[in-house]
Amino acid sequence: MTKTSARNMFIVATVVVSAVFLYLTYLSHMAFPAKTHPENITAQVAHGKEVWERHACIDCHTLLGEGAYYAPELGNVITRRGEEFVRTVLETAAVQGWGTTRKMPQFDLSKQDIDDLVEFFKWMNQVDTNNWPPNKEG
Amino acid sequence: MKYQFESQRVSYPYFVAAMALFAAQILFGLVIGAQYLWPDLLFPAIPFNIGRMIHINLLVVWLIFGFMGAAYYLLPEEVEGEIYSTKLALVQFWMFLVGGATAIVGYLFGWHDGREFLEQPFLIKVAIVIVVLMFIFNMIMTMIKGRRRTSISIVLLTGFLGLAVFYLFAFYKPANMTVDKYYWWFVVHLWVEGVWELIMAALLSFLLIKLTGIDREVAEKWLYVIVGLTFLTGIIGTGHHYYWIGTPAFWHTWGMWFSAFEILPFAAMVAFSFKMISKRARNHPNRAAVLWTIGAAVLSFLGAGVWGFMHTLPQINFYTHGTQITASHGHLAFYGAYAVIVLAMTSYAVPNLRKTTGIITHQKQEIFAFWTMAVSMIFIALSLTGAGIVQVYLQRVLGMPYMETQSYMTVFYAIRLFFGVTFAIGLAVYLYDFFFNGSSKSLKQG
Repeated sequence: MTKTSARNMFIVATVVVSAVFLYLTYLSHMAFPAKTHPENITAQVAHGKEVWERHACIDCHTLLGEGAYYAPELGNVITRRGEEFVRTVLETAAVQGWGTTRKMPQFDLSKQDIDDLVEFFKWMNQVDTNNWPPNKEG
Repeated sequence: MKYQFESQRVSYPYFVAAMALFAAQILFGLVIGAQYLWPDLLFPAIPFNIGRMIHINLLVVWLIFGFMGAAYYLLPEEVEGEIYSTKLALVQFWMFLVGGATAIVGYLFGWHDGREFLEQPFLIKVAIVIVVLMFIFNMIMTMIKGRRRTSISIVLLTGFLGLAVFYLFAFYKPANMTVDKYYWWFVVHLWVEGVWELIMAALLSFLLIKLTGIDREVAEKWLYVIVGLTFLTGIIGTGHHYYWIGTPAFWHTWGMWFSAFEILPFAAMVAFSFKMISKRARNHPNRAAVLWTIGAAVLSFLGAGVWGFMHTLPQINFYTHGTQITASHGHLAFYGAYAVIVLAMTSYAVPNLRKTTGIITHQKQEIFAFWTMAVSMIFIALSLTGAGIVQVYLQRVLGMPYMETQSYMTVFYAIRLFFGVTFAIGLAVYLYDFFFNGSSKSLKQG
């Protein structure tokens, strides 16, 4: 093999796999409505996502398995613990420890913020994740 | 050996900034590693999420400083001409340093965008784009004005262009979290398992040519094979992040078959390095740089290749996704692939740039630092793998709540912190050599 043929193979491979990747991205978009139910993304859910980001929750927790591994998975937290438990945690965090001495900071969220964050978790909870996680503990 | 072109010296501040930020990154790593054992440490002044944000953002910033410094060092030798504008390179350096420092300090006060790794606030993101565009402009102009065009410089440029283009997806923030995650990976995966590998392979080829004196034609043929394998496997390999986030199930098949072969470019880099070393035309006096260069190939193969393959199949990833297994892979892959190649370039280039050029000092310290840091990082990865196996069994198989599982993993977190400290010792030796020994020597003789 010469340098030129190696370079040509690089170019051809890149073009072909990029085209396939873009097509699979198109197919993914076709599937998103059925998998994620965007019609359920209310203004509250959208604001809940902003609250989620404002406090960088992802840098301790995981959400659908992505994030940091310092605190529990929250994609299915509504199934696992229920809405009331989530509210209690958000209201009393850092006042009490959670199981061990690891603590969550108290973010002093308004009632509206807490309501919307719960709505966001409810929406996350109904996303079709191909049956992940293996059990409700996340 | 002395630098050949005056403008190569503009790379020096880039290496200095990279090393200083690297030290800061490890400091924050030690803090959050210690928080796993003593959760009240610095709480709530630096909560875990902010510490981790800083740990990883510093990593990305110092690696990019290193990549840019490496590019400014090697471009004049590659294209046989001076850098187009050293003034632009210096302006761009200070903009990047001030922007990066502002972001890091801002994080401590809660000024961030809250998306993992892309926490940079909007204004900082814009500044990053401007800095990278300035860099790419300088690079292209240098290549146009240069006397020759080499494959190394073209692959390097392609890598930086990809870095700039894919970062643009960081500005897209849809309300649908699944769509958000889908395009988030266009930045994160297509950087580290895509275009960054082009930068790494180009730097590796440059170093091997310089250190072994082998024929450029041979090295550049290998380079194209490596980057061809990178894109062939890595682009559709993005699918291994699309198994469980609300994306269609066909990604299980595509992601599995392509990402399983993402180990190939790293295997090719190992074969390339050993082959070139065995066929070397001369023994380079900078033995430390040779060691760091081979180390980059071997450790990236281990961290990115082997540790990545371990949990890339959906049947396994179903259980390991979002556990300490991911953290173990992340540590060894980033260190092995990207940190070590920047350190290899630093060890090679900086002695050539110092006032008393041509003198390579303190090989022993640098070689000690290499082994201390490499062994420490391998044990960090092994301890987190141990933690991950415990977590997978208790949480994913037995269904134990997350917080309960953590108490069974403490011993592994303690081992990780111990090797974090030994890693820091290795780094301290490396940095002492970098900042003090070299310059004191040049002062005495200068």
